[in-house]
Amino acid sequence: MNSNEKTQSAEDPTRSEDINRTEFITRLSLGIAAISAAIMAVPVIAALVAPLLERKQTFWRTVGNIDDFPVGTTQLVNFDNADAEPYAGMLTRSAAWLRHNEDQTFTAFAVNCTHLGCPVRWEEKAQLFMCPCHGGVYYKDGNVAAGPPPKRLPEYKVRVNNQEVQLETAPLPITND
Amino acid sequence: MKRLLKRTWHWLDDRTGLSVLIKPLVDHPVPPRGLWTYVFGSATLFMFTLQVVTGVALSLLYQPSSTNAYHSLEFITYQAKFGNILRSIHFYGASAMIILVGLHMMQTYITASYKYPREMNWISGVFLLLFTIFMGFTGQLLRWDSNGVWSSVVAAQQLGRVPVIGTYLARLLLGGDTIGPQSLTRFYSYHVFIIPAFIFIFVGLHLWLIFRHGISEMPKAGRLVDPKTYRKWYENYLKRFAIPFWPHAVWRDVLFSSIIVIGIILFAWLRGAPALTTSPSLTSIHTSPSPDWYMVIFFALFALMPHKVESIAMTVGPLLTVIILFIIPFLSNRGERSPIRRPWAMFGVICVFVFVISLLLLGLKHPWSADFDAKPLTVAAARPGSSGSTDSTVIHGVQLFYNKGCEYCHTINNYGGKAGPDLSTVGNRLTTQALTIRIINGGGNMPAYGGTLSTRELQTLVSFLSTQK
Repeated sequence: MNSNEKTQSAEDPTRSEDINRTEFITRLSLGIAAISAAIMAVPVIAALVAPLLERKQTFWRTVGNIDDFPVGTTQLVNFDNADAEPYAGMLTRSAAWLRHNEDQTFTAFAVNCTHLGCPVRWEEKAQLFMCPCHGGVYYKDGNVAAGPPPKRLPEYKVRVNNQEVQLETAPLPITND
Repeated sequence: MKRLLKRTWHWLDDRTGLSVLIKPLVDHPVPPRGLWTYVFGSATLFMFTLQVVTGVALSLLYQPSSTNAYHSLEFITYQAKFGNILRSIHFYGASAMIILVGLHMMQTYITASYKYPREMNWISGVFLLLFTIFMGFTGQLLRWDSNGVWSSVVAAQQLGRVPVIGTYLARLLLGGDTIGPQSLTRFYSYHVFIIPAFIFIFVGLHLWLIFRHGISEMPKAGRLVDPKTYRKWYENYLKRFAIPFWPHAVWRDVLFSSIIVIGIILFAWLRGAPALTTSPSLTSIHTSPSPDWYMVIFFALFALMPHKVESIAMTVGPLLTVIILFIIPFLSNRGERSPIRRPWAMFGVICVFVFVISLLLLGLKHPWSADFDAKPLTVAAARPGSSGSTDSTVIHGVQLFYNKGCEYCHTINNYGGKAGPDLSTVGNRLTTQALTIRIINGGGNMPAYGGTLSTRELQTLVSFLSTQK
C-alpha cells in the first residue's frame, strides 16, 4: 500500500463518488470503443458477405445462329457470364450443352453434374452425358441414367431471336435439397 | 572482446527480459519416459513453420489474380530459379503436415492424453486440425489451373447440400453467382491471411496449454486419472522423476523433425512439384477434377455412399464428426488412460485407420468413374487365339462396344473401364435374352440403351457379347 492510498481513507465521502466517477468514465470509454469498433466492422463484414447482398441481373446471350445447330445434335456453346468483369480473364465465359430437339425446340443444359458439379461430357455415339468424377450419367434429355446425381441436368432458358439462338445467364447451378 | 559480448548480452537481456520469458519454457520439467511418442506434435509445428516460410517465398512469385495466377504458376514451376523445388517443398510439406496432424491426434487419443486437465489441449487441437484441412484445400485451389477451378465448383456443390442455407454458403464461398476473379482472391485471402492468423492464435494457445498442464505422463494400466487428486499427483511425479525439456527431451523432437524435413526435400527434389493441368476456364470441360491425395478420401466417400442418403450425409457427416471430436474429452475425462484397458477405444482407432486408408486407396484408383481414355477393344483382344477373325458379328460387335460407350465402364480382356462388371466371360453368365433385357432397360448403375441402339445394333451387340466366354 503506498502513501497516496493511505491519505484517502475509506470514510472520505468523496472517495465513493470518485469510484462512481471512474467507473462511469471507464464504462463510457469502453462503450465508445465498442460502438466505434462495431461501426468499423460494418464494411469489413460487408466485404465478406458482399456476394449475398448484391442483386444480380440476367442477360440474354447469343450463342450462335440457328443453322449452326442441326436438328438432333447436342453441341457445346459458351457465353459471357452475367457478372463478367473486364479483369476476369478466362473466367468471363461459361459453357452449356445446347441441344436442337427433334421438335425444333432448343434445350440448353448446364455442364455441371448435379452430384458435385464436375463438367459432364456429351458422348455423341452413346447419346449420353457422362461425368468423369463419380460415374454420373444422363440421357440426351437431361434425365439421370445412372450414378449418384440426385437431379436431372439443370437447364438455361433458351429463345430464338432473329435466327439467333440465345440463352439467359444464370448462377452456377447448386443442388440443394 | 568476450567481456564486451557478455556485457552487451546482459544489457539486452535486462532491458528485454528475454531469459525471464524463455527460461521457464526451456527448463520446464517433462516426464522422463515415452518421449519418442511426443515427436509428432513438435514435428507438426515444424511443418507449419516450414509452410509459412516456403509460403512467404512463394508469395513473392505468385500473382493472386484470375487472369495471371495460372501463368505465374507456370513461371514458378518451369522457369523461376529453384521455383519448382520451392513449390514442391510447399506441396510435400502440406502432405506431411496433414499426416503428422493425423498421427499426433491418433497418439493423443491412444494414450488418452486429452483427459483431465488437458481437455482444452485436445479442443484447441481439433481446431488446428480443421484449419490444417482448410489450408490444404484452399492451397490446392490457388494453383488455379482447370483442376483448381473445377475443384472450387465441387466445393461449392458440397456446401450447397447444407439444408436451407446451402445455396447461400456456396455463393459465399465463390464470392458470387459463378466462379470469377473474386473467387480466387477470396481463396487467396483465406489461405494467406485469415486461416494462418487463426493457426497462429491456436498454436499459441495449444503451446501455452502444454506449458500450463505439463506434458502428459505415459499411461500405466491401473493408474487412474482422478480430477480431485491428479494435479497434486502430477506435481509430485514431476518432482521425483522429471527431466528438463532442454536438452534432455528436445533432441528427439529436433532429430525427428529434421528427418521429416530431409525426407520432404528428397521427395521434392526427386519427384518435383505436382504437374499443372490445363489453364483455368469454365468452357474447357474436358477435364476431370481430381483433388490432391488428402482430399481423395472425401471424394471416395462421396462416390461410395448410398446415393439416397447423400444429401443428408454430406451435411450431417462432417458436422457429426466434428462434434464427436470436440466432445471426446467430455465423454470421459477421468479413469483409465492405458490403451490396454480401453479395448473399445483402440478398436475405434483401428476402424478409423482402416476406413481412411481404404478410402484413400480406392479413391486413388476411382473404379467408379467411366474410363474415357480406354483404348478401343480390338478383334484380336476380343477373340484371343483367333486373331484375324473375319466373323462379322465380332468385328461389328467390337466396334459397337467401343462406340456406344460400353467400354468406358465395362472391361473385356483388360480393355475398358472398371465402373461396371467385367464382361470378358459374360457369355457364360447371361443368356442372349437376359443380355437384351439388360441392355434395353439398363438397371443398377447402367443407363438404358433402348432408345439409343437400333434393333440391328442391339442384335449384333448381344450376339457379340454371347461369344465372350
